[in-house]
Amino acid sequence: MTGATLAPGSRKASALMEAARGRSLWDDAGRRLIRNRFAIASVFVLGFLVIAAIIGPYLAPYSYDYLDKTHVWVPPLTAGHLLGTDSLGRDLLARLLSGLGVSLEIGVVATVVSLVIGITWGAAAGYFGGWLDELMMRFVDILYSLPFIFFVILLMVTFGRNFILMFVAIGFVQWLTMARIVRGQTMSLKQREFIEAARAVGLSGGAIIGRHIVPNLLGPVVVYVTLTIPDVILTESVLSFLGMGVQEPLTSLGTLISNGATEMELAPWLLIIPSILMVVTLMAFNFIGDGLRDAIDPKER
Amino acid sequence: MFRFLLRRLLVAIPTLLLVITASFFMMRAAPGGPFDSQRKLPPEVERNVKAKYGLDKPLFVQYLNYLGGVVHGDLGPSLKYKDKSVTDIIKEDFPTSLRLGLSSLMIGVAFGVALGALAAMRQNTALDYSLTTAAIFGICIPTFVTAPLLILLFGTTLGWLPTGGLSDARSYILPVLTLALPQIAVVSRLTRAGMIEVLHSNYIRTARAKGLSEARIVMRHALRAAILPLVGYLGPATAGIITGSLVVERIFGVPGLGKFFVSSALQRDYTVVLGVVILYAVLVILLNLAAEVVQALLDPRMRLS
Repeated sequence: MTGATLAPGSRKASALMEAARGRSLWDDAGRRLIRNRFAIASVFVLGFLVIAAIIGPYLAPYSYDYLDKTHVWVPPLTAGHLLGTDSLGRDLLARLLSGLGVSLEIGVVATVVSLVIGITWGAAAGYFGGWLDELMMRFVDILYSLPFIFFVILLMVTFGRNFILMFVAIGFVQWLTMARIVRGQTMSLKQREFIEAARAVGLSGGAIIGRHIVPNLLGPVVVYVTLTIPDVILTESVLSFLGMGVQEPLTSLGTLISNGATEMELAPWLLIIPSILMVVTLMAFNFIGDGLRDAIDPKER
Repeated sequence: MFRFLLRRLLVAIPTLLLVITASFFMMRAAPGGPFDSQRKLPPEVERNVKAKYGLDKPLFVQYLNYLGGVVHGDLGPSLKYKDKSVTDIIKEDFPTSLRLGLSSLMIGVAFGVALGALAAMRQNTALDYSLTTAAIFGICIPTFVTAPLLILLFGTTLGWLPTGGLSDARSYILPVLTLALPQIAVVSRLTRAGMIEVLHSNYIRTARAKGLSEARIVMRHALRAAILPLVGYLGPATAGIITGSLVVERIFGVPGLGKFFVSSALQRDYTVVLGVVILYAVLVILLNLAAEVVQALLDPRMRLS
């Protein structure tokens, strides 16, 4: 334990000296992030995956919905299909690329939506407290008490499987947790001396939230985001498994995996390859998030 | 405390009303009905069947009738299972889901807290890195990938464990394990993060300076503060397990409520769907309330005003 505290101590000392030369909190964080090999490797992996998902479909030899009726269920590296084909003769590589794009899109959009709403809502409720907090958090509680997955299933049953509806439903529930975490953090932050000082010099509530509360929230928020993106992608895949996800011939990683699981014994590559891609994608998000947290909040190193 | 509980329980009533109203009208807006089948019923038969269940009345009257029933604890008859009421179905199938969910939640918390605390205490060692990487792995693998893989490994290949149904205690192992793995991962991450922050705080330094043993510092002082964020996770954890049970009950052929819900929604068995939604809403409301009370007991700063 003592060895572990000494080493960052000297690093902290050099960081302090750099700060004296006018380095901002974020410059420091950037430097620390670059030292984290896992995180940097993940940035490259994720960058590669994002580019592959965006331009890959234009470069792939087959379209994601092209049926090669003469080559059904061929294993990888045969008949011009690099990763093989599924039960309808569709090229797995092409479907992976388009499915990856759909999954990333769902994950990022739903998370960003939940982030913006959650931080604003939680910080305001936590900071102002009193009846406003009561009212805002009661509202969160009420939405929270709705068994979300059942509502998504009901929505899908009622309106048919709908891409946009799924975004809305998933994003709608994720911001609730965000708001709660942010509120809890804000409540303990606002009792700290530096907030009192800010109030003493006459800063308005909005300015204190924006300048002093929110930047200090970033650590827990980043950790939560790293849990949210995989969570969203996983939720979508649960819906796909229950037959209520993205609609054919469009696909997502979750849809590919659940289709693959049903044909596991006959065509194992249809389960294994999409599973690997999904796990790699989600782990990359997680490593980046962890690296970011360590970089922003060196206390936790 | 008493006033707090009372007020929360009063808030629960409009919440439940909202849940019931939303699901009732959503279910009714779905195309098709419970009595659709390949063979079309003669119109007069269909009229009679509908009259029997009160489905011939205007929608709003049906809604009020249903609400009236719920207030008296009557969730109505199932529209698909002729001789069963919704309460019967819940009584038969909910205990199974509850047993599965509770066991995986307890295993998730026990192992998660232990592993997370261990990783935090050995921070930046090989043990810490392998535990955090394993946790990330656990979060990233979907339930419906682990379930078939576990079946393939322990059931088909090794033949150690049963892979379907719930005949004896051993048949619980694989479904519970499948549900618990992601919980262990999330709980250990939360515990590690909380623990690391706490271990750096002044009162822990004081405890060290007093010469307390490491075990005593961790058990008496650090862990209590570190698992505080965990209590707030109880609600989402329950939701996660309920979601997971939809998948697990299907893969392992467990006769639980989750499996029932999906098929009922697809068959438009209105009353069963509503009953299940109400049950889980009540469950989540109560658990969130419990989480808040426990949080306040552990941390006076979050006092219940």
